[in-house]
Amino acid sequence: MNSLTEGKQSASGRAIERVRRGLGRRHAAERRFRLYGLAAVCLSLLFLSVLFVSIFRGGIGAFRQTFIRLEVFFDPDVIDAGDPGSGDYGALVKRSLRGMFPDVTGRGELRELYALASTGAAFQLRDMALASPDLIGRKEAVWVPADDDVDMLVKGVYDRRLPESGRRTSDRQLAWIDRLEAEGKIARRFNSLFFLNGDSREPELAGIRGAVMGSVYALGLTLLLSFPIGIAAAVYLEEFAPDNRWTRLIEVNINNLAAVPSIVFGLLGLAVFINFMGLPRSVPLVGGLVLALMTLPTIIIAGRASLKAVPPSIREAALGVGASRMQTVLHHVLPLAMPGMLTGAIIGMAQALGETAPLLMIGMVAFIVDVPGGWTDPSTVLPVQIFLWADSPERAFTERTSAAIMVLLAFLILMNAAAVLLRRRFERRY
Amino acid sequence: MLQNESGAVPVLAAGARRRDREDRRTVGSPLVADPRMTCRNVDVYYGEKHAVRGVSLDIAKNEVLALIGPSGCGKSTFIRCLNRMNDPIEGCRVTGDIRLDGADIYDSGVDVVPLRAQVGMVFQKPNPFPKSIWHNVAYGPKIHGLAADRYELDGIVENSLRRAGLWEEVKDRLDQPGTALSGGQQQRLCIARALAVEPEIILMDEPCSALDPIATAHIENLIDELRANYSIVIVTHSMQQASRVSQRTAYFHLGDLIEVGRTEIVFTNPLHPLTEDYITGRFG
Repeated sequence: MNSLTEGKQSASGRAIERVRRGLGRRHAAERRFRLYGLAAVCLSLLFLSVLFVSIFRGGIGAFRQTFIRLEVFFDPDVIDAGDPGSGDYGALVKRSLRGMFPDVTGRGELRELYALASTGAAFQLRDMALASPDLIGRKEAVWVPADDDVDMLVKGVYDRRLPESGRRTSDRQLAWIDRLEAEGKIARRFNSLFFLNGDSREPELAGIRGAVMGSVYALGLTLLLSFPIGIAAAVYLEEFAPDNRWTRLIEVNINNLAAVPSIVFGLLGLAVFINFMGLPRSVPLVGGLVLALMTLPTIIIAGRASLKAVPPSIREAALGVGASRMQTVLHHVLPLAMPGMLTGAIIGMAQALGETAPLLMIGMVAFIVDVPGGWTDPSTVLPVQIFLWADSPERAFTERTSAAIMVLLAFLILMNAAAVLLRRRFERRY
Repeated sequence: MLQNESGAVPVLAAGARRRDREDRRTVGSPLVADPRMTCRNVDVYYGEKHAVRGVSLDIAKNEVLALIGPSGCGKSTFIRCLNRMNDPIEGCRVTGDIRLDGADIYDSGVDVVPLRAQVGMVFQKPNPFPKSIWHNVAYGPKIHGLAADRYELDGIVENSLRRAGLWEEVKDRLDQPGTALSGGQQQRLCIARALAVEPEIILMDEPCSALDPIATAHIENLIDELRANYSIVIVTHSMQQASRVSQRTAYFHLGDLIEVGRTEIVFTNPLHPLTEDYITGRFG
């Protein structure tokens, strides 16, 4: 370090010495900077894993559901073979429950006993009888969904050591459940109801099919509208439009629109599509239109950026052999810009898939049990379904909320994978 | 973006036009007896910048015309006017009169597509399409409808690659990307691509500046052979190259065309002091 003292004496020492003196500080700064970066990556990974772990732990339970095995006698006195749709199937469920516990008699006790099975059990029996009328008059073993309180208890969400007053299941019910478990008449099985049903007030019957189909319809329309319109706009603005005051004004406005809060698009949709054009409320048609408006700026901006990234030498090459401007764009510029455009579109679609606020404004927040079958059937979408379930008081909805988030994440991953695949395909063509 | 002034300035104005700097008047022989292309009083502006000042120059049949001069002297800008490649450049304005076989190419009714098919261009940096070698060459004939079927197209591709001296090197891998070739091969591929549309005039904007001496020699030989059928205008920074390949040489200086003459005369006995400074290395 004697060079340091020398340096103080003659500030203008040899250049190489001054370089060497500064080296330590420079290396330290570099190390520090790398460390900051690494710390940032680690921190974000940590948060991400905490998020994933908590969602998975909360939601994985919803994919299995407690079922009760009932010996059901499809009594021809209760169910008319000529009209199996109108029988009292609830009575069948009650009768088979009573059959398992013949010693239960009191009104209150019976009500507690009947509460073990979900109200959906009657519908399940009805569907079975409708599907195969020859069941009537026969005895059949049927697995029906248990009530959500039973489900929560069997899954260990409810603490059975609490005093009876702190539990949602009575001591009697607890004893019945234990007996059924010992007899193998209660089991946890794959919860297909969660994927096949629409929404329901009963957590054990609530499914995401309605929300998924709503999202599929709405996003399908969004993609159909915003992708071609967005790309056409980007190509026109980037390749053909003259650079004047008007195009600059349009450009500024598109950039502003991308930053507009999404709920404003919901208000616009409410005012234009529902109030002015008279389209129905709560339907994927309006949802898709609103999301398309919201996604357009993203797609246009990404499209323009990827068009700008195409080297001008490619345009010159095409123009140089006599291609018209449209041929230059269609044959050379657009294929090269396509991967970037697809990325932008997927980002926009992912944003639209996760969007809740604008859909609240157009009534897609309604409680809808039926699975939509078209663009004009009332429905909700996945994120709104998550919002609705997160708002519900029943404990069983908590795990369904997490499970629905998992499904939403799965769709996002699927979309991103599709984007990567498409991008590969487009890049491989050359 | 088509903002060029396409109105033609009468040729007659050439004589009447006043020069503010007399010593920048073109000397030598810019005009020839039986020209393919004629340029009269061509001015090019990039916004406020006056990049090419009143250039009058002829391009003869079956000749190689070299444009030389220091960087930024307007030679690239000028050559790009000859097939209107300046059109898409924002703020670029071309005035004057440029005629191909007597027809004004900046006339408002002119379609640039056939013009560029007639006047091909090879750029400074090799710019093959990121497609296969075959598609690179076949693209021009395909969009112009020069081939009736795939068989005929194959013939055009082979013929163009042969004329560009690339056929033997690539005939077994026509389906491979043109961008995977070496720099020199890429440039010859670009020449083949230009030849495939059967142009009558080929513009080359410093075609060898990114190439090594061997690839350069290849392309110079090629230019020599092409002269039998084409008129070639080549911009070059290498005076050796200009003297090797061209019959006539034009010297540009800060937007002015200073001297035009037979190549051997320009390089051995220049008329203008600026030319002499440049070729002897005192300027540039």
